[in-house]
Amino acid sequence: MANDIAHNRRKFVSGVMTSLTAACATFVIAILVIILAYIAYRGFSAISWEFLTETPKPVGEGGGIGNAIVGSGIMTVLASLIGLPIGIGAGVYLAEFGDKWFGTTVRFFADTLIGVPSIIVGIFVYTLIVLPMTRQSGFAGSLSLAIIMIPIVARTTEEMIRLVPKSMREGALALGAPQWRVTWNIVLPAAASGIATGAMLAIARISGETAPLLFTALNSRFYNFYVDQPMSSLTVQIYNFATGPFEVEHQMAWAATLILVGLILIINIIVRMFTKKKY
Amino acid sequence: MGSKINIKNLNFFYGADQALFDISLKIPERQVMAFIGPSGCGKSTFLRVLNRMNDTIPIAKVSGTVKIDGKDIYAPKTDVVALRRKVGMVFQKSNPFPKTIFENVAYGIRINRMHKDKTDLEERVEKALKDSALWDEVKDRLNTSAFGLSGGQQQRLCIARALAVQPEVILMDEPASALDPIATQKIEELVVELKEHYTIAIVTHNMQQAARVSDRTAFFMLGKLIEVNPTERMFTHPDEKLTEDYITGRFG
Repeated sequence: MANDIAHNRRKFVSGVMTSLTAACATFVIAILVIILAYIAYRGFSAISWEFLTETPKPVGEGGGIGNAIVGSGIMTVLASLIGLPIGIGAGVYLAEFGDKWFGTTVRFFADTLIGVPSIIVGIFVYTLIVLPMTRQSGFAGSLSLAIIMIPIVARTTEEMIRLVPKSMREGALALGAPQWRVTWNIVLPAAASGIATGAMLAIARISGETAPLLFTALNSRFYNFYVDQPMSSLTVQIYNFATGPFEVEHQMAWAATLILVGLILIINIIVRMFTKKKY
Repeated sequence: MGSKINIKNLNFFYGADQALFDISLKIPERQVMAFIGPSGCGKSTFLRVLNRMNDTIPIAKVSGTVKIDGKDIYAPKTDVVALRRKVGMVFQKSNPFPKTIFENVAYGIRINRMHKDKTDLEERVEKALKDSALWDEVKDRLNTSAFGLSGGQQQRLCIARALAVQPEVILMDEPASALDPIATQKIEELVVELKEHYTIAIVTHNMQQAARVSDRTAFFMLGKLIEVNPTERMFTHPDEKLTEDYITGRFG
């Protein structure tokens, strides 16, 4: 009899806890779905070919975000060109030789850097590049994005390389391969898909950054392909639209947000395809 | 018959823990020497001393001398890369690279720049695969992933990979422990064939295997070499009581 009561109580508690955690899990999905749905609802009607290709015009004359899409693209690519090699290189070092005090220090600094608010990175690059150059530039913007990328890429690369089984390294060493060749043509290829995933996630992360670009790349009303000039980006353009006084600007902010979210979604889907390809 | 490997007063430490105690042993050229003993007795550690694979463990420390062809491999000037080319190794778990079958075998040839041209490379790969009795099974799919092979085939691929760099000594660390009886038999036949050209040191858990493939057997326990003798004698009239107890299954 007592056993039955205890049993029912256990079943009850278990049921309550399961429902609670399920509710929390649903909440997580719900937030994202609501945000996406609302952005789509507000933004979709303003998207047109003109919006995607033209430059911003005075309020009431239409215009678009073509230059911001191009600017974001250029700065993301340039940031990746700077950030990925350094981040991957640092990750390889940490995984292969990072067991001494230097590695521990680097790891601690990288983890701290990941937690630094991105606006601080923006101010730092502003002082370092923008002030001496006396103007904002796409390069300064790319550099701040690269600084945000490096610690993320370094840490994910390290994790991925550590997953490569020791037996594989030993197999190569036993054939008379020097350490650098083991790293270069056994460990890196084995970890490649994981490293690519980390890189894509870092790219997705920086393509949503606004704060570091406000000080560094500023904005531009024109198509600009020169990285020593101020450059427009989707995020800063959204900020400008959203802080404007007119409803039509707000509408464009929603539309630009939809485009940005769509692009990040595409990057994330590509990441998924990369990770699936594993044996 | 000369001894290929000559070990004197070898001690080995992992940090403060001593794993091998004062081991002296000669391994004759072109013979198979089997190393048996209970788990954790130091036989794998001993094997990894011979190609300095323990160098990858920062806290490992070695004393005593290990001479291969009369040269001390722990002398300061030793070229470890050259040593490992001369002393190949096959591991307990097959560990093919994430490459094609062909590239797995070609890897060692490439990194040591042993081939004259592409044809030469292909010939060397073919020879290594034939020597490891794998050629007929893989010749039509050389350019497919090595992970598509069965466990036994993967292990023979690893043997082919080791043979391709033309070593003089082959160390085998329980090469058949993860394989089924038929694959095991193939590996064992291979070991017997290979000793015509190579000096082989094989660690095994399986005493019947030691009896089948080896010329001499060494029995390790708790980091000490208890006895080394011709295999036949070892399994019929061992010198030591401990050896007899182990072989007859009184402990293990």
